[in-house]
Amino acid sequence: MPAMLASVATFALEGVTSREVTVEADIRRGLPTFTLVGLPDRAIRESRERVRAALLNSELEFPMKRLTVNLAPAHLRKGGPGFDLGIAVGLLAASGQVAPEALQGCAVCGELSLSGELRPVRGALAMAMRAREAGLRRLIVPVENAPEAALVEGLEVLGVPTLVRMRDLLRGDWSTDPAEPAAPASTPAEPLLDFADVRGQEDAKRALEIAAAGGHNVLMVGPPGSGKTMLARRLPGILPPPTLEEALEITQIESAGGLGSGHLAAERPFRAPHHTTSPQGLVGGGTGPQPGEITLAHRGVLFLDELAEFARDALDSLRQPLEDGSVQVMRRQRSVEFPARAMLVAACNPCPCAKPPERCSCGPLERGRYARRLSGPLLDRIDLACQVDSVPLVELVTGRSRGRDSRAVRGAVVAARERQRARLADSGVSCNGEMDGRLTRRVVKVDADVRGRLLAVAGRQLLSGRGHDRVLRVARTIADLDGRERVRGDDVDEALGYRVAGWEELAA
Amino acid sequence: MSACDACLRRGRLLGLLAPRIAGLLDRPGSRSAGILALPDADLIDAVAGEAVEEVHERMGEFHAEGERAELAERGIGVACRHRPGFPGQLGELHDPPTALFAVGELPELERAVAIVGSRSASPYGLEVAYELGRGLGAAGVTVVSGLALGIDAAAHRGCLDGGGRGVAVLAGGPDVIYPRQNGRLYEQIAANGAVISEMPPGTRPYRWSFPARNRIMAGLSELTVLVEAADPSGSLITAEFARDIGRAVGAVPGRVTSRFAAGTNGLLRDGAIPITGAQDVLDELFGAGALELASAQLPSDPALQAVLAGIEAGRNLGELASAAGLTVREARAALARLEADGLVKRSGLGSYERAAGR
Repeated sequence: MPAMLASVATFALEGVTSREVTVEADIRRGLPTFTLVGLPDRAIRESRERVRAALLNSELEFPMKRLTVNLAPAHLRKGGPGFDLGIAVGLLAASGQVAPEALQGCAVCGELSLSGELRPVRGALAMAMRAREAGLRRLIVPVENAPEAALVEGLEVLGVPTLVRMRDLLRGDWSTDPAEPAAPASTPAEPLLDFADVRGQEDAKRALEIAAAGGHNVLMVGPPGSGKTMLARRLPGILPPPTLEEALEITQIESAGGLGSGHLAAERPFRAPHHTTSPQGLVGGGTGPQPGEITLAHRGVLFLDELAEFARDALDSLRQPLEDGSVQVMRRQRSVEFPARAMLVAACNPCPCAKPPERCSCGPLERGRYARRLSGPLLDRIDLACQVDSVPLVELVTGRSRGRDSRAVRGAVVAARERQRARLADSGVSCNGEMDGRLTRRVVKVDADVRGRLLAVAGRQLLSGRGHDRVLRVARTIADLDGRERVRGDDVDEALGYRVAGWEELAA
Repeated sequence: MSACDACLRRGRLLGLLAPRIAGLLDRPGSRSAGILALPDADLIDAVAGEAVEEVHERMGEFHAEGERAELAERGIGVACRHRPGFPGQLGELHDPPTALFAVGELPELERAVAIVGSRSASPYGLEVAYELGRGLGAAGVTVVSGLALGIDAAAHRGCLDGGGRGVAVLAGGPDVIYPRQNGRLYEQIAANGAVISEMPPGTRPYRWSFPARNRIMAGLSELTVLVEAADPSGSLITAEFARDIGRAVGAVPGRVTSRFAAGTNGLLRDGAIPITGAQDVLDELFGAGALELASAQLPSDPALQAVLAGIEAGRNLGELASAAGLTVREARAALARLEADGLVKRSGLGSYERAAGR
């Protein structure tokens, strides 16, 4: 038996990115044992059983010797079943069933079934990206993961169905063509959820259009059943389609979160976590750690229905990610960063009884208490608040003329974003909603009389400094939607009309 | 505006002695206890202690002409009770200031109203103080206050927004901006009225000089209105000074459960004039109905009128826009303009209601 030691490159998923891990397999004489070292978690320790069974059931040799497998770097805690294939290939090479040279410049990744079939893993795209960064030529993954991994250019991705084929491939007895990149998920020519289907609701539609055009956060206020969710679900359809880079980010996150379809994402994500979701569920964490809803909504929409029913600490936990566009999660002395650049769309009832205005009996006390239940810091991140009308049933049935459809709105939104991209080219942000206070005041110029009006409102303590910047940002987007470089008084007035009352103002 | 040599000298002496007075008086609850009524020599004897010689020596170096030149150069005005231009009503105080140093120009003080209250006021208090200031400013009544955070600042701001002239009375020298956060407000008041003090320029405020300042606010004003005041508080001291010299005291009713209302509600129980708005103040100053506050005007723009009517009817924005034949863009913008004019205000999450207006 020539080789006693072999090493194989594979990857560990960390957050939504991955790290390179080397599987070292050592075989020597002694009592037959199979030891796995290098901070493996339970799923990896179980991988010994899967690897043994998979090798034997594939009629490959499982050496009855003293086997030691190390996952390097040893200090990094590793989890999940994705190391199975690496361990099996390491044993094949160390026991001379394949030539160790065949593993040069090549990484493997996959889970094994007991019968020796390769099962898909999470995060194939992230692993392929890392493989290219590490300068590897070739990545071997389960067949199901191959198209996704092949989205990364400059890397040969091979999809392999079973462990036997894996051996044959490394021996040169079998070959397969490099996998083709996954096609974008098929999308209907016209978005299924169209804006034109929503009757009335002009105020909310306008607010959503502005929000989509500038990447602003929106609060929709209206009685139950008035169509807040219906409206929010139509938002991805008017957002600009993701760029290739954004689509890759979205696909990478979906894949790492176990939600991947194997296709390149064609639409922006829409996440609507239930109001019982914990802080960890919203921002991420736990073993792994797992991405939270705000990360799964990256480059898309995070919709919080029944905002007032969410736990305060859950809402407060969203503040920092919304501000920074990323989340830092600390796990066992290591911090993992998740991307989290999502548009926030929140919805709530106008008052606790949630009845139509003519039957509402809520006094200022109840309303104040209700407003206090909302997180102040979170309301502080809302750029536009709009009203959703309760639509009379008759109108729903008969309908009036259809409004603008999603395609038309998206056209205006894309044009507005284009203007912003050109204006903000050197500043590191891509839309008005991402501008900080300093940038806002530099970029958004208004005439002296408009500034005076803003100051007058601020002077009456109706507008904080932060609120002032927010109004300017929204006004800038309104002008962009009209294709104007100059921000007019009307734009500022409309932005002021949509502002969220200060939390103190409401709670008073 | 000018001052005689003796009064200028007195001003400088106060500045020199201020830290020593602080050593004697600055403990909780103490007042100036008439110390400011003492003539110069007695005042020095009373507070200078072992530094008597030094004080005499320093005052010996004082030259009125030099002082005048320096004040003029720094653009600080000075008035004394022996010359015209000094507010005569201060003479009714038991220990009136002899000289007043001023940044800006003293406005008409015939019918001045002091609006004072807590530094840590509630949003309700701030709103009321602002509206009082604005109403009085618009009616041409001079608003006197102390530039403090909270009620004072809100009243000053309201007065300026109402187009009125105001006086801020400081506890330190008129050029010492205190508190610093109100720096911009300071500039605005100096440009549309005056910032005054009996302390010479450059003197920092001491604990004792706040109640001393309060007596000047009370002495200047025909009526002193407390918006929110805890018990005990500096604002109650101001009210006491006003009562001592027979001036009217008004108070804004507060919530009985609020500690900021303990002082004001107590005053009302003791017979202070209930103040619910600027009109109440005008009635007190000029007699009921003599001067009507400009009533809330209907906007001239028909679009604004339509939106206002829709809000009064409790309509949602989308509904009122289509009823008025406006686009939602126009309706939202109209809402902002109505809010800026104080004709509507937000009543909850995303909803509006009719407000009193200016």
